[in-house]
Amino acid sequence: MAERSFKAEVEDLRLGAGETFTGEGILALTKALLENGVGYVGGYQGAPISHLMDVLADAQDLLGELGVRFEANANEAAAAAMLAASVHYPIRGAVTFKGSVGVNVASDALANLSSSGVTGGALVIVGEDYGEGSSIMQERTHAFAMKSQFWLLDPRPNLPSIVQAVSDGFELSEVSNTPVMLMVRIRSCHVTGSFQTRDNQRPSLSVKDALSNPRSDFARVVLPPMSFAHEQDKVKNRWPAAEKFIRERGLNEVFGPKSDFGIVVQGGMYNTLIRSLQRLGLADIYGDSNVPIYVLNVTYPLISAEFLEFCAGKDHVLVIEEGQPEFIETQLGSFLYRAESSVKLHGKGLFPLAGEYTGQVMLDAVSGFLKTAAPGLLAAVVRAPNVDRPAIPDLSKTVPIRPPGFCTGCPERPIFAAMKLVEKELGKHQIAADIGCHLFASLPPFEIGGATMGYGLGPAANAAFDGGGARRPVAIIGDGGFWHNGLSSSFTNMAFNKSDGVAIVVDNFYSAATGGQDVMSSRADNATKATRNPISKALNGIGIDWVRQIDHTYDVKKMRDTIREALTTDAPGPKVIVASSECMLNKQRREKPLRAAAIKQGRRVDVPRFGIDEAVCTGDHACIRLSGCPSLSLKKLDDPLRDDPVASIDQSCVGCGNCGEVSDAAVLCPSFYRADVVHNPSGFERRLAGFRAYVIGWLQRRRDAKRLVFGDVA
Amino acid sequence: MSLHQAIPAGGRGMDGVIKLALLAVGGQGGGVLTAWLEAVARANGYVAQATSVAGVAQRTGATVYYLEIAPAGPRAPVFSLMPAAGDVDIMVTAEMMEAGRSIIRGFVTPDRTTLITSTHRALAVSEKMVPGDGIASSEEVIAAAEVAARRFIAADFDTLAIAQGSVISASLFGAIAGAEVLPFPREAFEAAIKAGGKGAEASLRAFAAGFAAAQGPVALPVVAKARAAAPVGSARLLAAWSALVDRAQLMPDAVAEMAVLGLRKLVEFQDLAYGAAYLDRIEAVLARDHAPFELSKQAAKYIANAMAYDDVIRVADLKTKAGRAERIAVEMGAKPGNVVQLTEFLHPRAEEIVGLMPAKLGTKIEASPVWMARLDRWFNKGRRMRTDSLRAYLMLYILGGMKRRRLGSLRHAQEVAHLEAWLGVAMSYLASNYDLAVEVIRCRRLVKGYSDTHARGLSKFDRVLAGIALVAMRPDAADWARRLREAALQDEEGKALDGALATVRSFV
Repeated sequence: MAERSFKAEVEDLRLGAGETFTGEGILALTKALLENGVGYVGGYQGAPISHLMDVLADAQDLLGELGVRFEANANEAAAAAMLAASVHYPIRGAVTFKGSVGVNVASDALANLSSSGVTGGALVIVGEDYGEGSSIMQERTHAFAMKSQFWLLDPRPNLPSIVQAVSDGFELSEVSNTPVMLMVRIRSCHVTGSFQTRDNQRPSLSVKDALSNPRSDFARVVLPPMSFAHEQDKVKNRWPAAEKFIRERGLNEVFGPKSDFGIVVQGGMYNTLIRSLQRLGLADIYGDSNVPIYVLNVTYPLISAEFLEFCAGKDHVLVIEEGQPEFIETQLGSFLYRAESSVKLHGKGLFPLAGEYTGQVMLDAVSGFLKTAAPGLLAAVVRAPNVDRPAIPDLSKTVPIRPPGFCTGCPERPIFAAMKLVEKELGKHQIAADIGCHLFASLPPFEIGGATMGYGLGPAANAAFDGGGARRPVAIIGDGGFWHNGLSSSFTNMAFNKSDGVAIVVDNFYSAATGGQDVMSSRADNATKATRNPISKALNGIGIDWVRQIDHTYDVKKMRDTIREALTTDAPGPKVIVASSECMLNKQRREKPLRAAAIKQGRRVDVPRFGIDEAVCTGDHACIRLSGCPSLSLKKLDDPLRDDPVASIDQSCVGCGNCGEVSDAAVLCPSFYRADVVHNPSGFERRLAGFRAYVIGWLQRRRDAKRLVFGDVA
Repeated sequence: MSLHQAIPAGGRGMDGVIKLALLAVGGQGGGVLTAWLEAVARANGYVAQATSVAGVAQRTGATVYYLEIAPAGPRAPVFSLMPAAGDVDIMVTAEMMEAGRSIIRGFVTPDRTTLITSTHRALAVSEKMVPGDGIASSEEVIAAAEVAARRFIAADFDTLAIAQGSVISASLFGAIAGAEVLPFPREAFEAAIKAGGKGAEASLRAFAAGFAAAQGPVALPVVAKARAAAPVGSARLLAAWSALVDRAQLMPDAVAEMAVLGLRKLVEFQDLAYGAAYLDRIEAVLARDHAPFELSKQAAKYIANAMAYDDVIRVADLKTKAGRAERIAVEMGAKPGNVVQLTEFLHPRAEEIVGLMPAKLGTKIEASPVWMARLDRWFNKGRRMRTDSLRAYLMLYILGGMKRRRLGSLRHAQEVAHLEAWLGVAMSYLASNYDLAVEVIRCRRLVKGYSDTHARGLSKFDRVLAGIALVAMRPDAADWARRLREAALQDEEGKALDGALATVRSFV
């Protein structure tokens, strides 16, 4: 079950013709799929389209009613391969994953799909994770569209445009027999707005019906000689058909007056451009602008004739293309050169080669362009900026960075605390990490893990060290990564090559980093998915025998001893530790309401939380260097005798136990205590507590009578 | 206040657009706050667009939400999807350093931005893990905010919300309403909360608290002042106590203030005679000091800390003191009728056991690896003690009552030897370099923690003192001593200290 529920919002997907939908971009996308008679949907979660998968999962009832098949695919490759249903059958299909990593994983299937060509509309919705808040390497999906030849849509980031792009995408795919990729940037996935809805359409042919009437055509199979025919078909038929459709349907848009200069912009960058023009006094609130703008809602293929028409009579044209390499700018330059045009093309140079086009970057580049191309348009203030601003103190050395990290009570923290303790004993190890929450361990305070090669590839990334050496290589992988690609690419690789390495599978019962979706080994009952398949069973199945299952990661000593054993045992072959405890974020979400209800009903409930005796803490912060928990923080005491702040635990503590375990295993200090507040204790329990308190009180009074008693300082 | 204008605030017809950015730490409910704001705008004749950058930033990282609203017109406006430097009307930050981050990013400008921030701190890991004091300065951020913002509204909105049983998103929503920067009445904001249903009452209370705080003066964080209440005890003990205090009060003011605090700490640690011994030591330093008596003041501070070392007896006494269980019950929010159970996490090692032994016997056993291994086998294991139960409480109670034997223990002998060596080094520099003597006194700060941490502290202390010896003859020796000490407090392994020592060795 995912972290965020869309059950309430999903009701909006039932809106009919003429009604208004108001909500988030991803919901609008889902609604658009239903309005366009999609026959099957699938995908793999990951920011920024995790929520799209969650919406689809929560909308399964509605999808069922319409005869739409939904798959939560094992990975992006599986999702892309599912589009094979549209190769022979006139069924519209859509899958979603993140770019560019999801596209990397899916690239084999996408290349085959693009070669085969499609009959039904095939749409890949890619959430482009680029710029601020991104969790991945900074690359562009665009390159894949060019190399495999599928069409790339990059609509203007408002709900009506995004919804229209879904409809256009399916049609474009069908008329050109080519899969279409619809790119939505991170902010357009979560942008809110409104659009007029249409009625949902049942698919004209359902996947169920297609199965009753199977089709095949060896001309669609990617094998020689057909593969050579596909290549020719791509450029001779599919491409021209696509160009014709794009031009006739006006998928790209031109705004503004005729003038001797103009701006070409990716659809997704349109709003940022308009904001710059608004700030320069060259556009109004509705986007009506004094500058001619050619909006590329289709960024691949680019259409030479349409572009040259826009350039006619112009001296200067600016290309706004975020990311690198600048594929669009290079192509447009080539169009101009071939047409022997004298238009001067601007782009990178005015814009930085790499990095996000933020509001300031856009404003600077557009003003720079207009200073050359249309100096008369700019207000005097911009041409000679007046730098009458007070000097704002530089805080860059004051404000600490705040990278993401493990949540309060995260079950992964004790695993890495144990690992750190083992490294203190045995020395530093070669450690490869994977993708997932556990990668936060590579940041302070743990600093464990030096590389990540991709989802499910952690242990594979240690393959060069499989032969062993003075100290064993260690790989870390999550349960999400294990089922995504890890079992085949990492663990069979280890088993087959008789690796001497150690792998730790961090099993938190969910694909946690992407929002808590279920995976094969999840412990939850899921009506539509097969869960409860233990990872250790899969490992045994591929012949890995040295497997240690730990069902309570918070037991730091056991964790430490097991890791030490894996690193020092004489046993041959891969050594795998499956460290299992439930993701605390999901656990709290599940258990908190149950606990509150139980307390209300008068049942006995024990709520643990940790605390620190201020007077015992000496302020050396060793506990924090083995934890980093958000609820374990510092507090400055107003005691002139003390220099350093003491550790302090705030009320967000969930009593996971890591603090006590670590202070014990690492022999830290005696300042931690756990307080268990027992709600609705039994009568006996209450009487016993009363008796104990009475005796303890007597002992305390006895001692205090003989000495001076000082109140607490601070 | 003069308004500074470099880039026009907006072009044709842009005046109606209001831009609000929110910088929050993951998990603070920024999404809920943004949804409320959208609802208020849409219910009151405005169009609204919100965006966010979610992803892994939700996992305790810094997260940004952005909202634009404008009066509804004939067509849909083109809004921006991200805040731009110099183009934000209302900047809301749900934590003090996030306010700093918003200023660094240029979102706060004197011509237009109202900055609303919570002054509480959610410390970043980099601030917390430093062995010394790595906490970033809120004062610097506040000073910058006063310059950077057109209007600055600050209060501890986190504490305000928690006091109402709610979360910071609700109190910040109240602050935005209270700041009167959006063209909607208070009732419109409250209606949005009510429409949300779940937890509405607590949210409305937090909203009201935030609203009031925003209309009040800037409320900067304050640290509660230490309250040193007079001790309680028999007339005889109290009379002896006031005699000691009177003796301390004879010292120069700055020294006396510290000495009384130290006295209190040591009488609590041991007894009145031990307090008198403390005063003897300070008086000896004072006799060689002169105005403004910085040496004696620092000596009063660090001798007190050195004499009140953290041994088993002290910890056991603190854990069994009257009032502790009651204080914890309040902190944990236990209600009448609840039972509070307390578990202590103790891990004694052979060293602690030997430390409790009489000095002579302890020295012998400590020198015998066989005996140390045996003691480790018997005692060295994590012990969880339920101090709300009688057995565990009694055990710690008896340990805590062993003060009588403390002054004859091996640990005490070791602490005294260390203290005298340290004071000796400090005083040996006094004649040639007063400031250096003060800095050496301050180096005692490096010794803290328990077991390994304590050993590491001692080793850093030794290395710093050895480094100081290398430069002691230089006129800038005090400066180097300070630098070495600060380097030692920067990281656990002492990498910064190694670097500083290498620098020192390069020029001596």
